[in-house]
Amino acid sequence: MNRTATHYRDSITELSARQRARALLDAGSMRELADPFCHLSSPWLGLQGITPQADDGVVVAKGSFDGQPTVVLAIEGGYQGGSMGEVGGAKIAGALELAAEDNRNGIPIQAIILFETGGVRLQEANLGLAAIAEIHSAIVDLRRYQPVIGISAGPVGCYGGMSIAAGLCSYLIMTREARLGLNGPAVIEQEAGIDEFDSRDKPFIWSLTGGEQRFQSGLADAYVADDIEEVRMAMRTLRARGTPPSHRSDLFENYLGRLAMIDTGAPATAEMVRHLYAIGLES
Amino acid sequence: MENFTYSYPAGKTASKKVLVGVVASGDLEVLLEPATAGATSVHINTSVTGKGKTWGEVLNRIFITGALPAAKIDINDCGATPGVVRLRIEQAFEELNEPDAKGGRYE
Repeated sequence: MNRTATHYRDSITELSARQRARALLDAGSMRELADPFCHLSSPWLGLQGITPQADDGVVVAKGSFDGQPTVVLAIEGGYQGGSMGEVGGAKIAGALELAAEDNRNGIPIQAIILFETGGVRLQEANLGLAAIAEIHSAIVDLRRYQPVIGISAGPVGCYGGMSIAAGLCSYLIMTREARLGLNGPAVIEQEAGIDEFDSRDKPFIWSLTGGEQRFQSGLADAYVADDIEEVRMAMRTLRARGTPPSHRSDLFENYLGRLAMIDTGAPATAEMVRHLYAIGLES
Repeated sequence: MENFTYSYPAGKTASKKVLVGVVASGDLEVLLEPATAGATSVHINTSVTGKGKTWGEVLNRIFITGALPAAKIDINDCGATPGVVRLRIEQAFEELNEPDAKGGRYE
C-alpha cells in the first residue's frame, strides 16, 4: 500500500451504523426497512428516564453485495452501548427469519451482521434475552443456506449474548480495534478479582480479547485494517468459501476438550491461549 | 423524561425526510419530515427535566422568523447543550439541500 492510499484510508469504526450499512452494500443499492421514521422505539426506556432512539439502535438495510441480494443488520454502538432490547432485537431476528424464508423460496439472500454491542439491554431484561435467543436460532436456521458473516469493527466490540451470536456466524471478521468476549473486563474483575483480571489494563484486555488475538486463536476468520475496502474484500473472500462443512459451533466438544487442559492456577496469557486453540480443532 | 411541543410559522413544504445525530450523552437525534406548508411543529423528548424555558428560547431563535421549510420535527435528546441543539437542527435543514441518493438519504 502506498503513502497516498494509507492517507486516504476509509475508516469503518468512525461511521455510524447506518453509514456502515450503506458503505458495505453495493453503491446506491441500500433500502432501509423499519426505518427511524416508522418510530419503532423502545416502549420501556422512557419509563426509566432514558431517551428512546427512533430506530432503537438497529439498522436493517436491504441491498446487494457484488450483485447478490443481501441484508445488513447494523447495531449502533453509540446508542446505549449497542445494547439489545425488545425492539432492536426483534428487528434483527425478524430480518434473519425472513432471509431464511426467502432462501427456502429460492431467493438467495445473505445476511451480514455488524456487532457493536455490549449484549443484552439490562433495562429490558428478559425481553432482550428472549430477542437474543431468537437471533441465535435465526442465525442457525439461515446459515444452512447462505454463509452468515459477522463483523466486529469496534470501538464497542461484541459481548454477552451477542458474542454467542457472533460465535454462531459462519464467518467472523474483526479489526484490531474490536474485542470479542462473553463477559466484559469490568465484570470479570468484579467477579474474579483484580489479580485475575485488571479491567484498567487495556493492552492486557486487547491481548486476550482483541481482534488480532481472536484471529490467531481461530475464533475469527479474517483480521482486517479499519478500512471499508478491506472489510468488503474479506466479505468477498469468505463468501466465496460458501457455507462451511462444519461450523465453529459444531466443534464445541473439541473446544471443551481444549478448555479442560487449562491450568487455572495461573493467569491466562495470550500465547498460551493461541497455543491451546491451535491444537487439532479441524476435525 | 419531559416532553414539549412547539409550533412556528414556516415556508413551503420541506423536500424530504432527514435524520441527523444519535441519542448519546450530550447529543440528540433530529427527525425531520415534510409538513403542510406554512407551519412547523417541534416535539421534544428529553431525559433532562426542568429546562423547558431554555428549549423555548433556543427554538424561538431558530424558527420565529418563519423562513425555514415546513416540517414535523421530532427531537430525542440525551442532555445536549443549547449550542449542540442549534447545530443539529441547522444540520438537518442543511441536509435538505444535499443531493439525494437513490431511495432517500439520511445518515
